[in-house]
Amino acid sequence: MSGFATAALNSLDIGLLLFVIAVGLNIVFGVLNIINFAHGALYMLGAYLAFTLIGLLGLPFWVALVVAPLGVAGLAIVIDRLLLRFIYGREITDSLLLTFALLLIINESTRLIWGSGIHVIDPPALLAGTLTLPGGLRYPVYNLFVIGVGLALLAGLWLLFNRSRIGRIMRAASLDGDMAASLGINTRAVVTGAFALGAWLAAVGGVVAAPMRAIDPGMGDKIIIESFIVVVIGGLGSFPGALIGALALGVIHGFGGRYLPEINLILPFIGMALVLLVKPHGLMGQKTD
Amino acid sequence: MSRVLMRALGVVGAAAVLAGLVAVPWVAPYFYIFIATEVVILGLLAASFNLVFGYAGMLSFGHAAFYGVGAYATALVLLHLQWPLIACLAVSAVAGAALALVIGFLSVRLDEVYFAMLTLAFGMMVFGVAYQWRSVTNGSDGIAGFMLTDFAPGVGWVLDDPAVYYHVVLGVVIVAAALLYLICRSSFGQVLRAIAQNPERVAFCGLNVRAYRLAAFTVAGAFAGLAGGLMAPFLRVASPEMLHWSMSAEPVLMAILGGTGYFLGPFVGAALFVLLETWITGFTEAWMLVLGVLLALMVMFFRRGVFGTALAWLTRRTGDRS
Repeated sequence: MSGFATAALNSLDIGLLLFVIAVGLNIVFGVLNIINFAHGALYMLGAYLAFTLIGLLGLPFWVALVVAPLGVAGLAIVIDRLLLRFIYGREITDSLLLTFALLLIINESTRLIWGSGIHVIDPPALLAGTLTLPGGLRYPVYNLFVIGVGLALLAGLWLLFNRSRIGRIMRAASLDGDMAASLGINTRAVVTGAFALGAWLAAVGGVVAAPMRAIDPGMGDKIIIESFIVVVIGGLGSFPGALIGALALGVIHGFGGRYLPEINLILPFIGMALVLLVKPHGLMGQKTD
Repeated sequence: MSRVLMRALGVVGAAAVLAGLVAVPWVAPYFYIFIATEVVILGLLAASFNLVFGYAGMLSFGHAAFYGVGAYATALVLLHLQWPLIACLAVSAVAGAALALVIGFLSVRLDEVYFAMLTLAFGMMVFGVAYQWRSVTNGSDGIAGFMLTDFAPGVGWVLDDPAVYYHVVLGVVIVAAALLYLICRSSFGQVLRAIAQNPERVAFCGLNVRAYRLAAFTVAGAFAGLAGGLMAPFLRVASPEMLHWSMSAEPVLMAILGGTGYFLGPFVGAALFVLLETWITGFTEAWMLVLGVLLALMVMFFRRGVFGTALAWLTRRTGDRS
């Protein structure tokens, strides 16, 4: 029974972290109509910046949690103004190619700057060790913290998109950019802001993931594939879809790793293939074309 | 200049390039035999990618899966069964096509955004399987230590000689490229081009767009598998890196570098790519970084590719307005 409970908590933990990352991918797609192949690379950059701030400069984890994602968001603004603006309004293929090029550039730059070795950072003292939950189950405090961060961002994003003016403007710009522009909305700023928000979410995911997982040059590749599986299962561009897809993948990892270790690796793909066969536009997706 | 003269010039040019390729082992330094072998094989890979991208308009980021599976197929058959090379290559082409059929079936259902994501994801699944299924694929070390067989039963070519192997590769690729060219020029190829421009309209004409896309993807998988089958004996190894998405980036860049609108574009792109790689890796290890920057610049400013731009410039210069 405690094995089941641990697997359930692990699923929630992995799922909510994936949600934070995949929802960023979805926001960028919704507003810019671009699938950012470099999204996983931005996640990785968040983790590496955290490693630099914590491991090399000796700053507290909390400083890194604030500073690293802001740094990555700043880089995203530069990328948007310097590169992406050239291909707005072009065929969607060009944006896929350009962000794919970006993925190569960020991956290789990371390898050049930080080397190809594996780095680790410790969780902050406050979140170290394990906690005994009601029922006698012992679970790492840090993983509970990750669940908390995921829930907080879930609530925050829901409020942003449903209860705030900025969120309504973003949704208007994603539904009909021309109409929004003619109503006096600065759609250029909205587009840049959405790209920065997506990058910020990816980097928050990277910083939060860093003390749990190894920091290595392949971490971005793994997470972009996972994020794609999440949005395909949930439905591209759907906010609840990102949550459902992320939790589904979390369950696949949390329980699959425990009960089906031999085929653990391809289970997510089998799940994705099944969804594609039954509901090609994802569980929550709408047919748009 | 008249059209006939242009065409004659084209034929003469093509014949000169072919003669040059055949003569490489006799006229160029030894090292260039290896460069030329790589160019020819990767040219076929890029051309097979371009059937999907340039003709059918679908951007695949998982093309290395079929290339890599082809490489593993030939390596495994050489290791365990010692079949003649031509049979190994057939197995590679079939393996590439079979895998493309399965991945394509799941990936061509929706628009190009999904297609790009799904081909990348399924490609990485194949990479993961090759990496972890140690009992068959030997994990990260890959399949090595196989002996080369005869090309065909009773044919006594010494494939261990790089010059001989280069000529075999050149012959196989010329035959394969001719076949691919006929496919591109056929009514099937024309339908693919129409789908790339306006899939709704093709569907309204009563054609099954999804079936055409899947067929194109499968055919491309067969040629990519063949390219992989040629590469494994050349490198003497089939390794997981051949399946990684960074390998999938190579035919993408080659096709774009050369020009996706022309059949020969990807071959020109492969030559530029390999020469550039050899030159740049001579003084920096950051080849992938250069590759990324190059791809970004090509997409932003130079979308027609080197071959396409050169052709456009040539036709404008000669005032061919017919």
